[in-house]
Amino acid sequence: MTVTAVNQAELAGVQQLTFAKALTLALNDAMVADASVIVFGEDVGTLGGVFRVTDGLRARFGEERCFDTPLAESGIVGMATGMAINGMRPVVELQFDAFAFPGFEQIVSHVAKMGNRTRGNIRLPLVIRIPYAGGIGGVEHHCDSSEGYYVHTPGLTVLTPSSVEDAYILLRDAIASPDPVVFMEPKKLYFSKGTVDLDALRARYTPASERGGATTAPSSIGHAAVIREGTDATLIAYGPSVAPALAAAETAATEGRSLQVLDVRSLVPFDDDTICAAVRSTGRVVVIAEAPGFASMASEIAARIQERCFHSLAAPVLRVTGFDIPYPAPKLEQHYLPGVDRILDAVDKLQWEES
Amino acid sequence: MTNHPEFLDHPGNAALLAGRQGEYLLPSAAPVQLITTDGTAHTVGKYKQDYPLPNAATLLEGYGQLVLGRRINEQAGALVRQGRMAVYPSSFGQEACQVAAYMTLRRNDWLFGTYRDTVAVMGRGVKPMEAFESLRGDWHSGFDPYEYNTALPTTSLATQLPHAVGVAHAAKLRGEDTVVLALCGDGATSEGDFHVALNFAAVFHVPVVFLIQNNQYAISVPLIHQSVAPSLAHKAIGYGMPGERVDGNDLAALLAVVGSAVERARNGGGPALIEAHTYRMESHTNADDATRYRSSEEVAQWLPKDPLLRLKKYLHDAGHLGSADAERFADAADAVAKTLRDGMNTKSNPDPLDMFRYVYSKPTSQLREQSNMLAAELAAAQQGGAS
Repeated sequence: MTVTAVNQAELAGVQQLTFAKALTLALNDAMVADASVIVFGEDVGTLGGVFRVTDGLRARFGEERCFDTPLAESGIVGMATGMAINGMRPVVELQFDAFAFPGFEQIVSHVAKMGNRTRGNIRLPLVIRIPYAGGIGGVEHHCDSSEGYYVHTPGLTVLTPSSVEDAYILLRDAIASPDPVVFMEPKKLYFSKGTVDLDALRARYTPASERGGATTAPSSIGHAAVIREGTDATLIAYGPSVAPALAAAETAATEGRSLQVLDVRSLVPFDDDTICAAVRSTGRVVVIAEAPGFASMASEIAARIQERCFHSLAAPVLRVTGFDIPYPAPKLEQHYLPGVDRILDAVDKLQWEES
Repeated sequence: MTNHPEFLDHPGNAALLAGRQGEYLLPSAAPVQLITTDGTAHTVGKYKQDYPLPNAATLLEGYGQLVLGRRINEQAGALVRQGRMAVYPSSFGQEACQVAAYMTLRRNDWLFGTYRDTVAVMGRGVKPMEAFESLRGDWHSGFDPYEYNTALPTTSLATQLPHAVGVAHAAKLRGEDTVVLALCGDGATSEGDFHVALNFAAVFHVPVVFLIQNNQYAISVPLIHQSVAPSLAHKAIGYGMPGERVDGNDLAALLAVVGSAVERARNGGGPALIEAHTYRMESHTNADDATRYRSSEEVAQWLPKDPLLRLKKYLHDAGHLGSADAERFADAADAVAKTLRDGMNTKSNPDPLDMFRYVYSKPTSQLREQSNMLAAELAAAQQGGAS
């Protein structure tokens, strides 16, 4: 057992962790709790993953439960599908957003459809982890925001955490889900830090009977969260766009404008109730996402709000998204990414003069 | 995981130790044939390993299954022509491959097939109307895969093969002796998932037998446009697994070759690739017109190679097939055909709201909303129709 693995097993209480480490601990704890949870993908074994998310798992759990595969994403997803059919709970890593596309056919044609085509006889408790989005100065094919493809595919659950705490919670919930989950990890957050109470987080997943009869914590799947209170307008973001949204709200506060920030967290299932309640409380909305805006998750959010909250709106729902272009080269990405200024410009356009 | 110590006790070990692993992984020079087209037992011995002729009882049972398979194909074809079923991809002429695919498996083994493998699926015990529910158009499936350890037939080519590898891998991790048999056609060997599945199977050394039914055509495109390899079975060596070729219309040879690979896999010997040379006697489906791309002379050449003819003659000449057996087989086949006819004549009434029930374990609020909308439309339509 490596030093890392020992430390991982012993980490407890209040800790400052990176986002990546919280994911590692979620995997570790899920593997401890359930022997059918297995981890595989490219470079996840000896190396511990190119982002070190699987660091120490092979040493602790052995080659049969954390292993490297040949370099073929359709094989990773396809084999995981078969293993999930046959009693396992695979958690696979597809190394980068654009490298996941060779596995796309398996995800769309089989993973997403298996429950439906078998009338629920086969459920696939399978998690497909995909590092995604930009902001890391990555080369081509390493920075795509590919969530739109997955949210458009019925049968998939699509989650994306934006905080260290949610990295742990959402991944544990994804692994516990009876349905296949595409778990999208914002790359630029891997080495961001946060302080979490590991005992409290783990208690969420301890069976109620072992905790003196208290009920099990509700799953985060299907639940958005208001992460900053505000009264003038609502910024709706997810994954990599939550940080600029929070920064924009901070700046706006110094200018006397109170912005609420909502983290979607669960792209599918989508939490209409929480989001509509937030929108109704302010009447003004900006949706922020890194992906190109055309026919995107941001478009869907805007459309749903117009349909459901029209009479509560004081202004059209605006979107601040990536441009409708292929992801730019590293030296140009600063111009592409939705940043604080562009978000605040959008807020300024929310027809304040009429209120 | 790349260490394959079980080669040490495999029959091919001598070749391995002599540094002739390549020869061991390569298929025999000619497809294995144990009974010739004129119904005589072939002299065994020119193949890369000894394939004993299955015993008379097995061959007799196999012949009964061929009769059943042929009857299913004929009945399904008739139902399509009568407009009582939308489509049927027929395995007419390929029944020996279909029968071998299930006769070599145990109950706890798994079968992964394609849209042309309805006969093999039924051979696993799937009831006739369960097997035909998707062809009738009621749902994308008609049976619980866990009840028969049989996957739903897949229409997107080769995509089922990585699943077969995963099922085998999970069984291996649990120490079970399950074997998975995965079927595909010659066209599917051009797909990426064919390559991926064979490579994963070999690297993880899992018990999967890949059986290619080379029926010479991918809809209209002949084999020459798929591959110029010496044979499809030769691809095995590229993955480090043994390949073998077999006369796909000779049930005796198929039972021997596939059976040998299945038992080898069961005993920890790893995956194998088998190419069965056969012929799709009918069009791709009823929606296809094979006369546009192949001559009747070509088809006629395959008539004497029919899998039923030669086995019937062999069993008859050897005194194993009496008139009582023939009658028993025909009756059993007729009974299944009648079940199919009756089933297709029964009006089916799939529940539209089922469309929303199974997408997730628990329907999302959005799906509940949409289901309620459709339910209201249906109720309104019913009321309108009643008034």
